Amino acid sequence: MKKIVIIDYGVGNLRSVQKGLECAGASPTISSDPQEILGADGVILPGVGAFIDAMKKIEPMRDVIREYVNSGKPMLGICLGQQILMSQSEEGGLTEGLDIVPGRVVRFPHTDLKVPHMGWNSINITQEHPFFEGVPDNSYVYFVHSYYVDTDEAHTLASCKYGIEFAASVINDAKNVIGTQFHPEKSGDIGLKMLRNFVGMC
Amino acid sequence: MAKRIIPCLDVKDGRVVKGIKFVDLKEAGDPVELARYYDQSGADELVFLDITASFEGRETMLEVVRRTAREVFIPFIVGGGIASIDQIRNILKAGADKISLNTPAVENPAIVKEAAQVFGSQCIVVAIDACWNEKMQDWEVYTHGGRNAVGLSAVDWAVRVESLGAGEILLTSMDADGGQDGFDIPLTRAISEKVNIPVIASGGAGTMEHFSEVLKEGKADAALAASVFHYRQLLVKDVKKYLSEQGLEVRES
Repeated sequence: MKKIVIIDYGVGNLRSVQKGLECAGASPTISSDPQEILGADGVILPGVGAFIDAMKKIEPMRDVIREYVNSGKPMLGICLGQQILMSQSEEGGLTEGLDIVPGRVVRFPHTDLKVPHMGWNSINITQEHPFFEGVPDNSYVYFVHSYYVDTDEAHTLASCKYGIEFAASVINDAKNVIGTQFHPEKSGDIGLKMLRNFVGMC
Repeated sequence: MAKRIIPCLDVKDGRVVKGIKFVDLKEAGDPVELARYYDQSGADELVFLDITASFEGRETMLEVVRRTAREVFIPFIVGGGIASIDQIRNILKAGADKISLNTPAVENPAIVKEAAQVFGSQCIVVAIDACWNEKMQDWEVYTHGGRNAVGLSAVDWAVRVESLGAGEILLTSMDADGGQDGFDIPLTRAISEKVNIPVIASGGAGTMEHFSEVLKEGKADAALAASVFHYRQLLVKDVKKYLSEQGLEVRES
């Protein structure tokens, strides 16, 4: 069975994503141990909360994550986990991210639309990737966020419209690091399909 | 953004207490099995309302939450009897996505603020039970499961909880609740127009038209119902199909 590690850096609820991966046929462990992370077939970077806190907490693991990513093995950043993959964020003053995917994290503009963007919205898959294999275009997935990722087309796997169009899913240059702004582990069967695809990539 | 349809399960001592006779489940009354059934039938989110009074019952509820998180992959809210930051932490840790606060929020509004700061607004729902008060010429907030009137305008209270950091409002009309004559459109609209956080309308669902009304005229973001779904007067997927035909955006599944 594939060895998947969910990185525990002290933020968020890891239980849902763990159960989602189990349902997708993996046996995930939650860990912050560098050896476990480097020895994994796949890594999940979770995250809920504020960007600046997440960056502070993940700082000691920055080199380990970089080494893992350079190995070419798959990593999936979910929600804030996608946001910290980016170069920088405006949240709580300009803060540097892990800079694995170029782009920045910005707040939704003030409009009539409610913020956070919370609930089910449809995504437009803009690039072929094994992660979205068998996922129909315009599928609905579950979002909860007040900031969004702004990047270029080359690094966007799927987009979503909420007032503006933003990156619902991103990819790095080497194509082994994926981010999703939505929560696949809360997006019903279609989300589980993506988690199964991820496990399949590992 | 899709409008959400949310079935609500009343749970007592770890068992669902309404409507179980009418649903063909292997183990009638198991909230987790019912949750899975609703997930498969197209529900966008679920609410577990814990109506247990005892401490032992609350421990049972935590186990229900753990099991649900293991088997159900749509968001779910847990409400009823939650009064402290520790309780909120335990329920979220067990796997709930959101918790809802009702009476404790009215008695001690600071808990809403603290909970939002500690866990984030996205997981803090404030439940408001409201009833029209002729004298006040306004909707009045009730606590303790609708037993105590507190002399507070529901609209003012909704605005206040938003400023305290609530991420969502679960609004129940006591006038409409249980009647199956339709949601309370004026109440729902009055609050939806005043706040900039999502409003889940509850109370009065009887027909598919009622759902369409509250989401269109009532400007609600989501509609919650219990009996119509539990007794299978309506199926979630039929309601969503109808709403889609009415031009509302819903998640097709």
